[in-house]
Amino acid sequence: MLTIQPLRWGKPYNSLDTFDVIHFDTGEAIAKIGQVTGGMVQLDMRKAEQARKALRKFSCEDLIEKCQKAAQLFEHEPLPVGDGIQSVSDFIYQQSASTGLPEHMCQSNMKKNCFVLSNMGKILDCLTRGLPLSVYTQGYGEEGRGVTVSYQCQSPVLGAVLPNNSPGVHTLWLPAVPLQVGLVLKPGSQEPWTPYRMISAFIQAGIPAEAFCLYPGGHDVGSTIMSKCERSMIFGSAQTVQQYSGNPRVQAHGPGFSKILLGDDIVDRWEDYLDMMVESVASNSGRGCINCSGIWASRHTKKIAEAIAAKIGPMEALPPTDPKAELAAFTNKQMATGTWAMIQQDIAESGVTDMTASYGPRLIEKERCAYLRPMVIHADSPSRGVAAKEYMFPFVSVVECPQKDMIKSIGQTLIGTALTHDALWIDELTNAVNIDRLNIGSIATNRLNWLQPHEGNLTEFLFRNRAYQIAK
Amino acid sequence: MTSASPAWLASPNDISEAKKRLDQHTYETVQWHFHESTGSPFWLGKKAELKFDPLKEVKGFDDLKKFPMFEDEWLRGGPVERWIPKGLAGKPTYVFETGGTTGIPKSRVVIDDFRIDYELFSHTLPDDYFPKGANWLMLGPSGPRRLRLAVEHLCQYRGGICFCIDLDPRWVIKLIKKGWMEHLEEYKKHCIDQAITVLTANHNIKCMFATPKLLEALAMGLAEKGTTIRECGITGIFSGGTEFTPQWTRFCVEELLEGLPEQSGVYMTPTYGNTLMGLACSRPITDQDNYTIAYYAPEPRAVVEIVEFDDSNKIVEYGKTGRVKLYTMTKEFFVPGFLERDEGERELPFAKYPWDGVSGVRPYHGFASSTTVGVY
Repeated sequence: MLTIQPLRWGKPYNSLDTFDVIHFDTGEAIAKIGQVTGGMVQLDMRKAEQARKALRKFSCEDLIEKCQKAAQLFEHEPLPVGDGIQSVSDFIYQQSASTGLPEHMCQSNMKKNCFVLSNMGKILDCLTRGLPLSVYTQGYGEEGRGVTVSYQCQSPVLGAVLPNNSPGVHTLWLPAVPLQVGLVLKPGSQEPWTPYRMISAFIQAGIPAEAFCLYPGGHDVGSTIMSKCERSMIFGSAQTVQQYSGNPRVQAHGPGFSKILLGDDIVDRWEDYLDMMVESVASNSGRGCINCSGIWASRHTKKIAEAIAAKIGPMEALPPTDPKAELAAFTNKQMATGTWAMIQQDIAESGVTDMTASYGPRLIEKERCAYLRPMVIHADSPSRGVAAKEYMFPFVSVVECPQKDMIKSIGQTLIGTALTHDALWIDELTNAVNIDRLNIGSIATNRLNWLQPHEGNLTEFLFRNRAYQIAK
Repeated sequence: MTSASPAWLASPNDISEAKKRLDQHTYETVQWHFHESTGSPFWLGKKAELKFDPLKEVKGFDDLKKFPMFEDEWLRGGPVERWIPKGLAGKPTYVFETGGTTGIPKSRVVIDDFRIDYELFSHTLPDDYFPKGANWLMLGPSGPRRLRLAVEHLCQYRGGICFCIDLDPRWVIKLIKKGWMEHLEEYKKHCIDQAITVLTANHNIKCMFATPKLLEALAMGLAEKGTTIRECGITGIFSGGTEFTPQWTRFCVEELLEGLPEQSGVYMTPTYGNTLMGLACSRPITDQDNYTIAYYAPEPRAVVEIVEFDDSNKIVEYGKTGRVKLYTMTKEFFVPGFLERDEGERELPFAKYPWDGVSGVRPYHGFASSTTVGVY
């Protein structure tokens, strides 16, 4: 069995404490993961400056080139991981086996990460709005109009407390490396695979190992990373996001509450957008913050809900190796039963209808895991509790709401796709501060253009724009 | 867990002699606690409820299984005088408490036991690292705790003066229960600030007691000031707490104390104990033994057994996991079998302590989720 040890500034540390990563369905141990403690992290963080120093020995352009090489290695080549060599198929099997995500979805997530790595130059160009990257290395430079600009790095490392079950989020921390900022990562206990394989690919591509720490461990490891790194990101619940709200040192990622809004001008042609709506709800087993959890329209909502239910209601829980599998397992059975109990409360409210009720049972309990089959809920008003819910499986509420009330009623929305040609409403949507990423027209919420900064621009998080004068 | 026949294994003869001493000590202790002229009101009262006569039917340690399990709930509330054996009446008496964050704490009356226990412990400490005459720092709980006075006595017994800090563990537990983590962090800093002040005030402190959490926090606090525990002149550390894992111990030795004693000049000995039992010493920690921590109770005054989870009278095989069961047999206090809130693996007898030990001590899995451990 594979043994994976923590990495402390690039050096493996043979921990005496190990944690078994278990196959969600069979209970078989897939790997042993060495654990660290918060104290070890705290001690290591005293040397964090060395990470940036090691990366600054290379130009950003050199690092971008190495990222491209790392992408190739990550996606296609066997790589050293722990005490073994991990092939691509090993990686996909292991990730699926511990997260419950179907194997073909693991492969898609792998491609997504590779796309970001391969296109790092373009992505940084977008994140920096075209500034020469030497400005970030040197701390100041010439903007191009005879103006000196300064971007001061706020932390030699980016800390990240990564989630257990969403292999897609890793794209968010990747651009730190070519910006010459080290990485201090706490992998999720069920998803150590992507961080370990990615760091291995970086190192094999020639990026200095001393720029990286991988710290599997308990809660104290996460809290130490958050308190000792000057900049860190965390993935968690709405409560986690609330806890770190307004804290400039922390970028908190939680539920997205992403939505599709149908304008009065096109709502009568809602069938034209059905496939886009279905993809937004159900892609990647509905697990991501970019999956759509609300579809809002002023009329035809029952018909829209019926049509979506007809498409996704029949989805079955298939084995993760099945190329047709569309649903991920809840590896923690209690999480599925707990979610199911909450949904029972949601649908008990007057004015709320379960449109998938006729497609068979939704909660499928197995010996070690459980599945929740897709659900489409109709709400006759934005005031129904279900209108503001998001769960970790294909779950959407179709909400009846007058267009004039939509923006103020939808609440915080990570990705909003607005289907309309109404110029006045587009202007209002553009100015709506509760919508983070706005798509105008038929763009599925999960289809991100990576050349657009997403959910908090990493350069603005890691660097501070300030005045800088040089006497002539 | 250590297996096979390690070099440190006790000889069969030593094991047999130790068992004889334990049987004799058990017999004498039971005679004392159940005789009308010397026993405590509590045990003389309990005697009437027993279905056997302890004075006649307890001849050796194994006969203690005839007693029902000791319940620590009996220790809550007064009058505490019911625990004082008549044979010790009139002697100056202390009361030490455990728990008590909410509700009535458990109390144990003590006359000389804490001194005797810690004097015995003192003889296990290597003088090279715990020099006689050196001053000590007590970096642990203050208040109505046995540990506070015991460490001070240990220091005085070795000819030194003990410096202490203020630390209220009940407030620490309240902070955790309230989720006031920022306050918790500040309180920890407050404790560490006191310790650093003492350590840097030219008091010739060479030895200390610290819980693992506080030892780690002290090392971090000193690192912030650009120094280390070793550079502060500390050579001997006596530590205790259930959160001692081999990995933490290795981290502590290698990174906080800058190496094993022969390299760093700093010796740390883990211990396991509580107000009911006294103090169990550990086998010396070595890297060859993967930093295994195995504790041995101070027999015959106290005994530790590792018993089946569903049968507290059945001892598990060596190396197997079970619940920690304690016995205390001193003239002041009698516990004929008490199930601790911990579990661990049964260890082979050690040459220096030729009786069973326990390794891998951790909160009993049946309680683990509801137990707050290592709070200070």
